[in-house]
Amino acid sequence: MNRMEDVSMDWASGFFQRLKALIWRKRYRSELDEEMAFHRVETERELRSSGMKPSDARRAAMRQFGNAEQLKNGSTSVVSFRFEAVIQDLQFAFRQLRKNPGFALTAIAILSLGIGASVAIFGFVDGALIKPLPYSNPNRVMGVYETSTACPHCNLSYQDYLDWKKQNRVFQSLDVWTGGGILLPTPAGAEPVPAARVSDGFFHTLGVKPILGRDFYPGESAPDKPRTTLLSYATWQNRFNGDRSVIGRSLTVDSGTYTIIGVLPPDFQFAPKGRADFWMTLHDPTGCEQRRSCHDLNGVGRLNDDASVATADADMKAIAARLELQYPDSNLGQGAIVLPLATVITGDIKPVLLVLLGGATLLLLIACINVASLVLVRAESRKREMAVRGALGASRSRMIGQFATEGAALVALSTLLGLCLAGFGMQALTSLLPKPALDSMPYLQGLHLNLHCVLFAMLLAVLAAALFSITPLLRLPLGRVIDGLQEGGRGYAGRSWRSLGANLVVLELATAMVLLAGAGLLSKSFYKLLHVDLHFAPDHLAMITVQAPDATYGKAPQSLKLDHELMRRISALPGVISVGLASDPPLTCRCDTTWFRILGHPWHGEHNDVPERDVTPDYFKMLRSRVISGREFTESEDSTKARTVIINSALAKQFFPNEDPIGKKIGGLDLSKDSLHEIVGVVEDVREAQLDAELIPAIYYPMYQEPSDFIVVLVRTSQSPESMLPLLSATVHQIDPGIGVSNPTTMDQQIDDSQTAAIHRSAAYLVGGFAALALLLGVVGLYGVIAYSVSQRTREIGVRMALGAPRGSVYGMILREAGLLTVLGIALGVGASLGVATLMSKLLFGVAAWDIENLTGVALLLGCFALLASFLPARRAAGVDPAEALRTE
Amino acid sequence: MAKKPDLLPGTLDMLILKTLTRAPLHGYGIAQHIKRISDDVLTVEEGSLYPALQRLLLQGWVKAEWKMTETNRRARYYTLTIEGRKQLGLEVSEFERMIAAIGRVLQDQEA
Repeated sequence: MNRMEDVSMDWASGFFQRLKALIWRKRYRSELDEEMAFHRVETERELRSSGMKPSDARRAAMRQFGNAEQLKNGSTSVVSFRFEAVIQDLQFAFRQLRKNPGFALTAIAILSLGIGASVAIFGFVDGALIKPLPYSNPNRVMGVYETSTACPHCNLSYQDYLDWKKQNRVFQSLDVWTGGGILLPTPAGAEPVPAARVSDGFFHTLGVKPILGRDFYPGESAPDKPRTTLLSYATWQNRFNGDRSVIGRSLTVDSGTYTIIGVLPPDFQFAPKGRADFWMTLHDPTGCEQRRSCHDLNGVGRLNDDASVATADADMKAIAARLELQYPDSNLGQGAIVLPLATVITGDIKPVLLVLLGGATLLLLIACINVASLVLVRAESRKREMAVRGALGASRSRMIGQFATEGAALVALSTLLGLCLAGFGMQALTSLLPKPALDSMPYLQGLHLNLHCVLFAMLLAVLAAALFSITPLLRLPLGRVIDGLQEGGRGYAGRSWRSLGANLVVLELATAMVLLAGAGLLSKSFYKLLHVDLHFAPDHLAMITVQAPDATYGKAPQSLKLDHELMRRISALPGVISVGLASDPPLTCRCDTTWFRILGHPWHGEHNDVPERDVTPDYFKMLRSRVISGREFTESEDSTKARTVIINSALAKQFFPNEDPIGKKIGGLDLSKDSLHEIVGVVEDVREAQLDAELIPAIYYPMYQEPSDFIVVLVRTSQSPESMLPLLSATVHQIDPGIGVSNPTTMDQQIDDSQTAAIHRSAAYLVGGFAALALLLGVVGLYGVIAYSVSQRTREIGVRMALGAPRGSVYGMILREAGLLTVLGIALGVGASLGVATLMSKLLFGVAAWDIENLTGVALLLGCFALLASFLPARRAAGVDPAEALRTE
Repeated sequence: MAKKPDLLPGTLDMLILKTLTRAPLHGYGIAQHIKRISDDVLTVEEGSLYPALQRLLLQGWVKAEWKMTETNRRARYYTLTIEGRKQLGLEVSEFERMIAAIGRVLQDQEA
C-alpha cells in the first residue's frame, strides 16, 4: 500500500468515525461516561485496597480524576466536527439574544442604522469615485481645455483644436464635443431634444462601441459627407421601440436630414454633457467654429502608452505657447491644461462625498461604541454565569468562542438589516436629488446595492464583530473562577468598568460634537447660499426656453418679429406683470462670454473675457434689479439705431474706476467701427453665474439689435408662477407649432434644482441627520454610564446620606461626575471639529471653519442634552432611601 | 495534589500502542500498566488518556469493544490493529533515533 492511499484511507476512516460519533452522539457520550466511571471505581478500589478509608478513597479518586465534564469534552472534541461547537455556540447565542430582547433589539437597531448609513453613502462614493467611467481603460482618457486668467478650464476654439490635434505627440487621438439641441418634429409640434455634436473619433477616443450599427468613420465630420447620427440607448428604446431596423433610416430635424447609423450601449453616459439623445458629427462648422477667437468646444483625448498626465499637460502648454506667438490677436494669454476626465467629472462632488462618508463613519463609530458599552454591561452581569460555566468545565477557548459567536450573531443580524436599510436609503437619497442635478451626474443614476457595497458591509461587519468579541474578554475573569463566584468581586469590577465606560463616553461625546459642528457649518453654508444677494427678485418669476427652427427664423427680420410677437402675446396674458427675453437667464453659468476693449483706454493685447447677455427693453425692471446710472434699452433700439450696451457695476468698478462710463464706447479687440457700442447704462450685479460663484463683470446687449432664434422668456407674474407655465407654452405654440418649447420652470425651482444647491442641501441634511443620531446615541451613552455608576454606588450613597450628607450634595456629586465627562468630551470635540472643518472648507460657503457662533451653539446644545441625561440618574441617586440602600446590599 | 512530571511530548500514543501489544486492555488497565512498568515514574493523566484513545481510534490504529472484566464489570477494551502495529514500529524507531541523537549531544558535553 503506498503512502497516498494510506493517508486517504486514514482520512476516510477518521471521517466515518466522526460521522458515527455525530449520529450516535448520545450513545457515544454515555459510553464515555461508563468508561470513565469504570476508571474511577477501579482507582477507588485500588486506593481502598492500599488501606485507605472508603470515604477518603472515593474523594481521592474523584479529585485525581478532576473535572469529569472537561475530560469528556476533551475526548468529544477529538471525534467531533469543528462546526458542531460553532452550531452549539450559535444556538446558544441566539437563545441569549432572545432571552434579552431589550439588549438585542437596541444593539441591532443602533448597529444596523450605523451600518446602513455607511453602506448607503459608500454606494454613492462607489458610483462616483471608485467605479470607473464606462469606457475602456478610463484612466487614460483626459479632458483638454484652454486656459486664461479669467477662465481656468475653458472651451477651446475649433481652429486651435485642429492645430493641437496635428501638433501633439502625447495623444493617440484627440477629439472634441459640444452640446447642441435639435428640434424633433412630432405630431404635437416641434420638440426640443438635447443632442451633442462631436468630432468623428469621439467614441473611439472614449473606447465606446455602438451595440448596433457602426461608429462614425474617420473623416465623417467633413461638411461634404452625408449627415449621420448615433442614438443613445434610451432614445432607441423610447422613440424607436428598440427596433433593430432603425439603422439606415433617415431622420429630419430642424438642422437637416440625418441617417441613423448606430445605437450606443445602455451603460454609456457622458457626464460633462449630461443627457444627449442624439450624437451627431460637427459636420457644418458654425460661425463661431470658423473663428480662432471663438471658443465653444471641449476636448477629450486618449493618452499614448508612454505619455503621462504631466507630459501631456506640458506638451499641450508648449503648443499653446507656439500658437500665442503665431496668432497674437486671438491667442494671447491662451494656455492649455490636461486633466484626467474622471477628475473633471467628479471634481465637484468629491469633497461632499468624502465629507458624507466621513460623517457616516463617525456615526458608525458612535454606534459601535454604544453597542460595545452595552456588551460590556452585559458581560459584567454575566460574570457569574461565566464563572459557573468555567467551574462546570467549560474550557477557556470555548468561552472565548462563545463570546465571539454572540458578537458575530449580533453583527450578522445588524449587517443584514443594515444592507436593507442601505438599499432603501440609496433609493431615497437618489430621489431626493432634483432631476436637473441628477442629469449632470449620470453616474449617480440607477445606483443600487452592488457587490462593492456588500463587500464593504462585510468589511465593516468583520471589524465590528472583532470589536464586540474582544470587548467582553477584557472584562472576563477567565481562569479566575473563584473571583467570579465570590460576591465581593462585584464592587471592584464595577469600578473598573466605570472607568472604561467613562472613557468610551468621552470619545462618544467628542465624536457627536464633531458631527454637530460639521452639521452646523454645512447648514449655515446652505442657508447663506440660499440667502445670497442675487441682486434681483427670484420669486414670481416663470421661465421657458424657446427654440425656433433656423430655417424659418435664422435671419434678423424674422427673429426680430418673433421677439416682438412673444413680448406682445405674453404681456397680454392675464396674471402677467412684465415680460423679458434673454439669451441666458440669471444663474446660468459663467459662460457665453465675449472679449472686449474700451475705446480710448490703453490696451496691451489682454483678453477681457466677460459673460454677455442679450436682453430686451426694461429687462432689469422686470428682474426688479436696479439701474445705477443711465438707462435701460428702449423699444425703438433696433438694428437701425446706433449700437448701445449696458454694463454691470462690477465692470464699471474694474474698468472705469475714476470716470463715468456712460457715453464711453466699447468694442471688439480690433475696435472695428461695426463692433463699437456706446455704454448707456450701469446696472446692479445680477448674479449670472452659479449661486456660489463670485460676482463678475458682465455686458448686456440690446436683443432687438442682435435677435436670435434661441431665447429664454422670463415672466414676472402676479399669481403663482407654476400655474402660468402651461399657458406660456401654449401661447408660444400659437405663434408657430414648429417652435420648440422646453425647460418650463420657475426661478425658485431653478435655484432649488441647481447642482450647487443640491450638493449643499444634501450635505447639510445628511450630516444634520447623522449629527442628530450621534447626539441621541452620545447622550444615551452618557446616561447609561451615569445610571450604571449610580446603581453601583447605591450603598455608598446610602452611607453618605445616613451620615448626614444633604440631598443637594448627592445631586452635586453625580452631576459633577457627568459634567466632567461632558466637558472632556466637548473639549476634545472642539479641537477635533476645528481640524475637520478646515478639511471641509471647500464645501463651506460664507462661513469660516473657525465659526465661533457655531461652535458655542453646538457645545451649548450638547451640554444641555448631557445635563438632561445626567439629571435623571442624579435624581434617582438623591432619592435613595438610606435605610433601604443599606439593607439591600 | 503534587504535580507529576509530564510525559515527553508525543510519546503517549507510542506508550499506549506498546502496552496494547501484549493483550487487549481497558483504559484503566493501560494507565496502571504504564505506571507499574515504569516504577511509578510515568503517570498517565485521565485528561490525556481518553482523548488520546479517541485519537488512536480515529486513526484506525486501535479497535474498541465492550467486554466483561474478571470482576464482572463491563469495560471498553482496546485492541491493537495491524496498522497500529506498523505505526508503533515507526514511532519506536523514530524515538530511538531521537534518544540516540540526544545521547550523543550529551556525551559530547561531558567530554
